[in-house]
Amino acid sequence: MFSRLFMIPLLPLLGAAYLMLFGRRHSRAVVQTLASLTVFASFVIAADAFFFALPKVVHQGGISELVYTWFSAGTVDVDLALRMDALSGLLCLVVTFIGALIHVYSAGYMAHEHDYPRFFAYLNLFCGAMLTLVLGDSLPVVFIGWEGVGLASYLLIGFWYKETANASAGKKAFITNRIGDFGFLLGTFLIFRATGTLDIPAILDSARTGHALAAPLWLGQPVAFWAGLFFFVGAAGKSAQIPLYVWLPDAMAGPTPVSALIHAATMVTAGVYLVARMSAVYMVAPAALAVVAIVGAVTALFAALIGFAQNDFKKVLAYSTVSQLGFMFVGVGTGNFAGGIFHLFTHAFFKAGLFLCAGSVMHAMSGSGDITQMGGLAKRLPWTTRVFQICWLAICGVPVFSGFFSKDAILGGAFATEVYGHGLAWVGPLVGVLLGLAALGTAFYMSRLYFLVFTGPCRASDEVKHHIHESPVSMVFPLVVLAAGAALSGFVGVPPALRELVGKHGESTLSVWLEPAVGAPLEISHAIEWAGMGVSTLIALSGIGLAYVFFGGGYRAPAHAFVHALPRFVALVRDKFRVDELYAFLFIRPLASLCRVTFQYVDRILIDKILIGGWAFLADLGGRICRFVQVGDVQRYLAVFVIGLTALVWIAARPTAPGEVEVVVENHTARITLLDTPSSPDKLTYSFDFDGDGIPDRASATPTATWVYSGPGHYTASVFIEDARWHTRRTFKQDIDIR
Amino acid sequence: MPGYCYILVSLALFFIGTAGVLLRRNALFVLMSLELQLAAGSLALLTFSRGLGDEKGHVVAFFVMALAAAEAAVGLAIVVSVYRTRRKIDLDAINELRN
Repeated sequence: MFSRLFMIPLLPLLGAAYLMLFGRRHSRAVVQTLASLTVFASFVIAADAFFFALPKVVHQGGISELVYTWFSAGTVDVDLALRMDALSGLLCLVVTFIGALIHVYSAGYMAHEHDYPRFFAYLNLFCGAMLTLVLGDSLPVVFIGWEGVGLASYLLIGFWYKETANASAGKKAFITNRIGDFGFLLGTFLIFRATGTLDIPAILDSARTGHALAAPLWLGQPVAFWAGLFFFVGAAGKSAQIPLYVWLPDAMAGPTPVSALIHAATMVTAGVYLVARMSAVYMVAPAALAVVAIVGAVTALFAALIGFAQNDFKKVLAYSTVSQLGFMFVGVGTGNFAGGIFHLFTHAFFKAGLFLCAGSVMHAMSGSGDITQMGGLAKRLPWTTRVFQICWLAICGVPVFSGFFSKDAILGGAFATEVYGHGLAWVGPLVGVLLGLAALGTAFYMSRLYFLVFTGPCRASDEVKHHIHESPVSMVFPLVVLAAGAALSGFVGVPPALRELVGKHGESTLSVWLEPAVGAPLEISHAIEWAGMGVSTLIALSGIGLAYVFFGGGYRAPAHAFVHALPRFVALVRDKFRVDELYAFLFIRPLASLCRVTFQYVDRILIDKILIGGWAFLADLGGRICRFVQVGDVQRYLAVFVIGLTALVWIAARPTAPGEVEVVVENHTARITLLDTPSSPDKLTYSFDFDGDGIPDRASATPTATWVYSGPGHYTASVFIEDARWHTRRTFKQDIDIR
Repeated sequence: MPGYCYILVSLALFFIGTAGVLLRRNALFVLMSLELQLAAGSLALLTFSRGLGDEKGHVVAFFVMALAAAEAAVGLAIVVSVYRTRRKIDLDAINELRN
């Protein structure tokens, strides 16, 4: 084994740095090859690490590697450490494999783009960050990757930044993700407060064996519940779940390979990965799992519904991604972590394939993604069509294709799960039913997309029709590979009920691999298994059938009739239930008004006028006053100088003060003695005023005098020291109490 | 003659010099009055040096002479160039830095 784990994220990052600095010096071919090679090399290293040390990866907590200690504070060491166990290894393979394919695809897709070094640099940056996220062994390291993919996503969505819409889509994605990141951080803080560590294995151990995370925190819920909830806020931001899903459809403004890699196959699944990574923490708090599952199920159904009425190829796929991510969250949220990750795995193939088909179609259609202007492309784009068909059947959940197995694992898990205990037992069946409906919706909108784009007559203009052509080999090759993955990747997770048919026993390969990382797979009885498979096949086929009735071979009469019957509802769905408008009303507009007010009053008036202008005014005023002294006549300056110097000399010539004054009171007699007088006392004379009338009562050449007071009281005596030569004097007062 | 007589002369010279520096209008006279002040200082130094039997005062008096020569050279150069630019050397009139 020659691999070092840190090489896996490092290679793409180095590629990104090199391309960003020197990419412009190289030809297109060099840039493309370099970018693809770094990711491919990462894939080779990851595969080598994963398969050659498989027992260790799976059963002994994975391979871990300490790159260096990032920082230490008190008892906490935060290491830049990486770990490849079955979970992170699987993700790592998916990211590098699909990443490499999409780099190859991009070489064809971006053939007419002149700013290609920047594109490939960002793409490499994304891969490096994603691999850091996946392999990170402590929460801060994961967070670096988490932020890194957010950054790369922002940069790539706004890749064609000259159009304002694209730039704002990037900003929207970034800001929405920031809201989620805040949740991630809060979760990290909570975990750290409870367990005192940031290392993921230590946190999971603490969750499995200790009580730190089970201690109640707020509202009687344990730390794990709140930490899990905060992590889910982060996951919802990254993985586009309600209420933070709004950025993903807009993110389609980026180039299509970006949509395929980042916004379908890899980055958006980071949230699911996070929940699975923290599985032990979530198992402490079933209520948090229930939240994850319910939000996932509602998102799955809601996004599928929006997908019905979208007319942009990539928008349909975007809502489909949101919906499928909901499926994954239901998987992990029902304690069926292996199921959720399984769907993540298969989804990466078929959704990346679908997006690349979208790219291929739009490439053929002169860049337009409007499906109302398509149709009949099956004849003109044979390869793309075949690939799309396979991926379409996979996402619909037609048996044998990958989506069938993974979706079924999630559906069956939802009904069979027992993680919630008695109080929340209703959650499982509820999300199961919601998911069933969402699966029906999925089959419907995906079939609608297929029928409208690939069957029937072509609705495009003659000009566009003339240009329709199959994509180049660099684009078709990744498509074919992904289609193979979409068809076959399901076989790593065949459920036990089906395995028995071929004479094998026990759980699927994937479940066995993932068991040490995310816990034992759910026990699903064979009855539920078979029922689930039957129902989901039925759902898939009826969805496809329904779509055929409406859209087979183009828009058919039922589709027109439906729009005619419920025009307002269709408009509402087409406008995505106006959630963006709702957010604008609830958050953005109040925030903008607040900003305007603070800008007007705080910034303009308080800061600019008063705090800054005020000081300037004071300085100006001081200058105006002082300048009257500056008469410009050198002789007056000299006169002032002479007067000042004289005063200084006079002050310096005064007799120096005595070091200490001794007062002795006996009955009514007080004696004052000045101790530590200057060394030439013969030149000084001393006079004393004891009764406080200002007239000296005693005078002497020695620094001592006595006085007999007439009665008790509080007196203030003054002592005058005079220098006879210069006629300077020093005066000080002394309190005397006579009892 | 007792030593304080020299000091009195020095004082008188110094005050005459100070009055000249402060009151004369003509830059040349001001410079001359400055020389008087320096001479007064030198005289006091020499007097005390002699009285105390310490040679350091003589040395400083020589420094003062050298300094006075340098000051006169620079001062006169300035006065000449001021005269060249504005045709007069009244200090009252040279007050561009006023206010």
